[in-house]
Amino acid sequence: MLLSEATNPGGAFNLVPWIVFFPVIGLLVNLVAGKRMGEKFIGTVASLASGLAFAVSVALFFALQANHGHKEIFHLLDWINIGALNIGWDFRIDTLSVTMMLVVSGIGTLIHIYAAGYMHYDVRYKEDPASYVRFFIYLNLFIAMMMILVSGDNYLMLFVGWEGVGLCSFLLIGFWFNRSPDGTFGTGNSYAAKKAFIANRVGDFGFLMAIFTTFWVTHSLQFDEVFHHLDSGEVPAWAIWAIAMFMLLGVTGKSAQIPLYVWLPDAMAGPTPVSALIHAATMVTAGVYLITRSAPIFSAGEGVHNVVAWVGAGTALFAATIAVGQYDIKKVLAYSTVSQLGFMVAAVGMGAYAAGMFHLVTHAFFKALLFLGSGSVILAVERGHHPIGEDAHGDHHDEHHGHDDHGHAFDPQDMRNMGGLRKRIPWTFWTYIMGTLALAGVPIWAGFFSKDEILADALHFNIGIYIVLSIAAFFTAFYMGRQVWLVFFGEPRSHGAEAAKESPRTVLIPLVILAILSTLGGFMNFPEVHQFGHWLEYTLGHFYHPTEFNANVALGSTAFGLAALFISWLVYGQNPRQTAKEKDPLEKAFPGIFAGMNAKWWIDEIYEDLIIRPYQKLAAWLADVLDWRFWHDWFHERVIRDGFFGLTRFLAHPVDLGVIDGIANGLARVTQGGATALSIFQTGFVRNYALWVFVGVVSILGYLIFR
Amino acid sequence: MDFILQPLNLVTFFPLVGVLVLLFVKKDSAARWISLVTALITFGISLWMLTLFNQSNGGLQLEINQHWFSFAGWDIRYALGIDGLSILLVLLTTFLTPIAILSTWHAVEERVRDFQLFFLLLEVGMVGVFLAQDLFLFYIFWEFTLIPMYFLIGIWGGEKRMYAAIKFFLYTMAGSILMLLAILWLGIQQGTFHVPTLVAMGGISPYYQHWLFLAFAAAFAIKVPMWPLHSWLPDAHVQAPTAGSVILAGVLLKMGTYGFLRFNLPLFPAAAERLAPFMATLAVIGILYGAAVSFSQTDVKKLVAYSSISHLGFVVLGMFALNEQGIAGAILQMVNHGISTGALFLIVGFIYERRHTRELDQFGGLWKVMPVYAVLTLIVSLSSMGLPGLNGFVGEFTILLGAWGAGNGPLGSYLYAALAALGVILAAVYMLFMFQKMFLGPVTNKKNEGLADLSRREILILIPLLVFIFWIGLYPKPFFGLIGASVESLAAMFSVVH
Repeated sequence: MLLSEATNPGGAFNLVPWIVFFPVIGLLVNLVAGKRMGEKFIGTVASLASGLAFAVSVALFFALQANHGHKEIFHLLDWINIGALNIGWDFRIDTLSVTMMLVVSGIGTLIHIYAAGYMHYDVRYKEDPASYVRFFIYLNLFIAMMMILVSGDNYLMLFVGWEGVGLCSFLLIGFWFNRSPDGTFGTGNSYAAKKAFIANRVGDFGFLMAIFTTFWVTHSLQFDEVFHHLDSGEVPAWAIWAIAMFMLLGVTGKSAQIPLYVWLPDAMAGPTPVSALIHAATMVTAGVYLITRSAPIFSAGEGVHNVVAWVGAGTALFAATIAVGQYDIKKVLAYSTVSQLGFMVAAVGMGAYAAGMFHLVTHAFFKALLFLGSGSVILAVERGHHPIGEDAHGDHHDEHHGHDDHGHAFDPQDMRNMGGLRKRIPWTFWTYIMGTLALAGVPIWAGFFSKDEILADALHFNIGIYIVLSIAAFFTAFYMGRQVWLVFFGEPRSHGAEAAKESPRTVLIPLVILAILSTLGGFMNFPEVHQFGHWLEYTLGHFYHPTEFNANVALGSTAFGLAALFISWLVYGQNPRQTAKEKDPLEKAFPGIFAGMNAKWWIDEIYEDLIIRPYQKLAAWLADVLDWRFWHDWFHERVIRDGFFGLTRFLAHPVDLGVIDGIANGLARVTQGGATALSIFQTGFVRNYALWVFVGVVSILGYLIFR
Repeated sequence: MDFILQPLNLVTFFPLVGVLVLLFVKKDSAARWISLVTALITFGISLWMLTLFNQSNGGLQLEINQHWFSFAGWDIRYALGIDGLSILLVLLTTFLTPIAILSTWHAVEERVRDFQLFFLLLEVGMVGVFLAQDLFLFYIFWEFTLIPMYFLIGIWGGEKRMYAAIKFFLYTMAGSILMLLAILWLGIQQGTFHVPTLVAMGGISPYYQHWLFLAFAAAFAIKVPMWPLHSWLPDAHVQAPTAGSVILAGVLLKMGTYGFLRFNLPLFPAAAERLAPFMATLAVIGILYGAAVSFSQTDVKKLVAYSSISHLGFVVLGMFALNEQGIAGAILQMVNHGISTGALFLIVGFIYERRHTRELDQFGGLWKVMPVYAVLTLIVSLSSMGLPGLNGFVGEFTILLGAWGAGNGPLGSYLYAALAALGVILAAVYMLFMFQKMFLGPVTNKKNEGLADLSRREILILIPLLVFIFWIGLYPKPFFGLIGASVESLAAMFSVVH
C-alpha cells in the first residue's frame, strides 16, 4: 500500500506525483532501451516525459483555479519518522509551486526539443555519438529533481530537490568530462563540475543549519506548521534571524550570489541547452523560490530584509561589470544571469516577493532564449568552420580526425571570431534581438515590466538599492548591446562566421516560441492589473503587496537602457571590429578597469589563495606530517612499539626467560637471532599478552577479595 | 535439539556447519560454493529471525538465558537476545558476508578453503557479539573475532600483511584488557554478568560509572576507531584482502559503536551524560580530521579507510546526542556505512584486480573505458557523501538534527553539530576528488585503455548494496520501525530537555 488515499485531495490534484514520475520513467526507458533505439527515439521519449510533466502542471493549474487558489497537499509516502520528527514525501499544490512547475516543465520541454537537434551535432563534434542518450537521461533526471524541489511540502523534501538538481548540474557541466571548456581533451570541464558541486555544498551547509534551527524551534519542517509557529510569537528573534541568514547562505550557493557565485560562470562548460535550462532559467532561481516560499521567515526577522537586498543588489552590479569585459558569448550571458539573479534576490529580499517571482518568470523566458540563441550561433559558426555529416556535402570528411586538426586554435564561442551573422542566420538573429530587448528592459518587452517593478519597489525600500540596481541595469543594456554588435553586425572575422549555417528546425522552433514569450510575457502582470501578483497572493497572503506603477521610474529606466544601447553602438556598432585580434575599444580607453572586468576582478584567484590552497596544504600536512610521520611512524613505531619492545626484553631476559622459560632459553635465543624485528615482536607479544592478562586478573581479584 | 533450533542459536552458529563441511573439502571451487551457500542460508535464517521479531517491543526478544558455567562462585550465563539496537547489525552481518564471499571468487586463489573457513568463523564471532547478553559471553565473542581476522589479514593480505595483522591484533587487545577488567569488576561487584539484569539493577555510583565507562570506551573507541586511536586502521585496511576490508569496515568497526550503545549508555547513564561533550568532541575532531586526511591520500583504499574515521565520527556524535533522533540516526548510519563503504572497498578491489595498483595518479578517464563501473561508483560515492534521496543522507541528517537538538541538552553547545555539518562539505571535497581523479578527464595512461568493464558477477555483487542505498534513502521507514521502540526506551534513560 504505497499511496495512502485517506486524506488526499482527489481529482486532478492526485496527479501531482506524476510531475516526478514521468521524467523518471523517461530516463529509465532511455537507460534501458535508448542505446538500441537511436537518437530519434531518445529525443522523443525524453521530450515526451518532460512534456507530460508539463501537461500535468497545466492540469494542476486549472484544478487550482477551479479550487479558487486554495492549496492542496498530496501525501505520497512516509519518509523519516523518529520521535517528534515526522517527514513525508508530500507534494504541495499552491499557486507558487504551480507557477514554478509550469516554468520548469514548460521551458524544460522546449529545451528538450531544442537539445534533440542541438546534441545531434554536439556529440559529433565531440566524436562521441554514444553520449547522446546519456545527455537526455541527465536532463530528465534534472526535471524530476527540480519538480521535487518546487513541489515539496516541507523543507527536507525541498532540500532533496535542491541537492538533486545540484547533482544534475554537476553531471551536465561535466558532461564532456574528458575535455576542457575550449573543446580540447583535458580536465577543465571536470574541474568546473566539481567546483559547482562544492560551492553548492557550502551553501547546502547553510541550508542544513537552517533546517536544524527551524526544527528545534518550531518542531516541524512542514511549511504551514513552521510559519504558524512563527506567528505564535514563541520563536525567539535570534532564531528567526539565524534561520534566515543560514538560508541566505544556501541561496548564495544555488542562486549564485556573492560570495558563492563563482561556480556559475564556469558552469558554462556544460552543453548550451544545459546552460539555458539549468544555469539560467530554472535551477539557479531555486534560491529566489526558497526565499519567496519562506516569506514569513524573511519578513519576520529583524534586519533580514536589508541584508538580503544588499547581497542581491551588490551581486547584480558586480556581475554586470564583469559581463562587460568578457569575449566568450556564453560567459557574457553567464555573468548576466548572476546579475539578474541579483535583481531577483534583491526584490524578494526587500519583501517584494511577487516582483521577484515575476522577474524570475520573465527572465526564464528571455535568458533561456538568449542561451539557446547563443547555442545556435555557436553551432552555426562551428558548422561553418568545420562541416561534418550532412554539412560536409560528401567530401568524405573523416569524422575521427575532424576536430583536432584545427580545433585547438579556433574557439567558436569567442565573439571576436564572429561578426556579420545577421544575414547568415536570420532566425537566430531576430529571436536573439527579442531576447536582448527583453533583457535590456526596453518597453513592452517582458524584462521591462518585471525589472521596473523591482526598481519601483527599491525606490520605496531604500534609495541606495535603487541606485545600485539602476546602474546594474545600465550595464546590462550596455553589455547586451556590445554582444549584439560584436556577433551579428560588421563583417565576419573568421572562416566559421563567414560560412555560418542556420540551425535545424528543432533548434529554431523553441527559439521562436521563447521569443514570443519574451516579447509578450510581461503582460501577464500588467501594472495596476497584476493578474500574476494576485495569483501568487493566494499563497503569499498578507506578504503580497502590489507594486504601484511609477511613471518616473519607468521613464528613467527606459531612458537609461536606451542610452546604454546607444553608447554601445557608439563604441562597438559605429566602427565595427575588423579582425579577431585587435583590442577592445574599452580596453584602449580604460586599460586598468577593462583588465579587472576581463579577469573577473580576480575573485577566483583570491579564493584559490585564501581557501583552496590553504586547505590543500593543511590536509597534506595533517595526512603526511601529523598523521603519518608523527602519529603513525614516530609515536606508534618508535615510542609505543619500541618502548614496549624494550620493556619486553627487559622483562623477558631477566624475569621470563631466566625463571619461567629457562629450558627453552637456548632455542629462543637462536630464534631471536635469526628472526626479523617483527617476528620477535610477535612472539614477545603473545607471551606478554598472556602475562599481562594474568597479572591484571590477579590484581583485580586480589583487590576485590582483600580490600 | 530444541535448544539448537532456537533462532538466535541458529543464526549465530549455523556457519559452523559450513566450517565442518569445509574441513573435508579439498577443491577450491567446492570450498567457495560451500562457503557461499552457508552464508546465504545464514542470511535466510536471519530473515526468519526478522519475521519473529516484534518491532513494537523495545526490550530483548527471542531470548536464550541459561546457566553456562560457574567459576569461583560467579554465575556465567549463556544469554543471547535481540532488540532494536542489534537487529539491523545482525542483518547487516549476514547480508554482507555472502557478498564479501562472492567477491573472493577470483581475488583469493591461494589456500581457498582456509580462507573460507576463517571467513565463516568470523561471521560466528560477529553475530555473537551483537547477540550476547552476558558480559563474559560477549567478551569471548569479541576476542574471538580477532583470530580469524588476524589470519585473513596476515595470510591473504598485501605486502606488509604481518605488520598490519599484528598491529590490528595488538591494538584491539590493548583496549580489550581494560574492558575485561571493567567486566570483572562489574560482575563481581554486582553479582551478575547478565546485561539486562545489570541495566535493571543500576545503582552504580557516578564515580565508578565514570571509570567503568572509560574502561569500556577504551575497547570500543579503538575498535571504531575514534580519533586519535585510529592508527591501526589504515594499515589493516590497506593490507587486508578486499573481502576482509569489506567486513572490517562493514561490520567489525560497528562492534565498537554498538558496544557504546549496548553497554556504555544503558549501564553507565550518568557517566554517559557527563562525558557526552568529551565523546562528541573526539567525534567531531574525527569527522573533520578524517575528511581532511582522506583528501590528501594518493592510494584509493587508504582514502576510503580514512573516510571511515570521518563517517564513524558521525555515528559516535549521534549516539552521544542521547536523544531519539541522534541514536536512531547513529544506528541507521552504522548500516549505511556498512553498505556504502563496503561497496567502496569492493569497487577499489575491482580496479585493483585489473590494474594491480591503487594509486590515484595511475587512473583518470576511466568513465570512457568502464562506463558501468563509473556509474555504479558514482552512485556509491554520492551515497557515501550523503546525497539526499540516498541512504547516507537519512543517517547523517538525523544524526546532525539530533546533535543540534542536544545543543541545549547534554552537549551544551550547538557548535558540535555545526562543525560536524562542515564535514558534509569536506566529504564532498574528498569523494569528488577521488571520483574526478579516477573517472573524469581524458585517459592518460595507456594501461587503462583496454580495461574490461565490470563482469556480471561483479555487477551482481554490487546490486544488492545499491538496492539498499536507494531503499534506505527513499523509504527508511521499515528500518526506523525496527529500531524505534528500543531507541525510544534507551533515549528515555537520559534527561534530555528541549
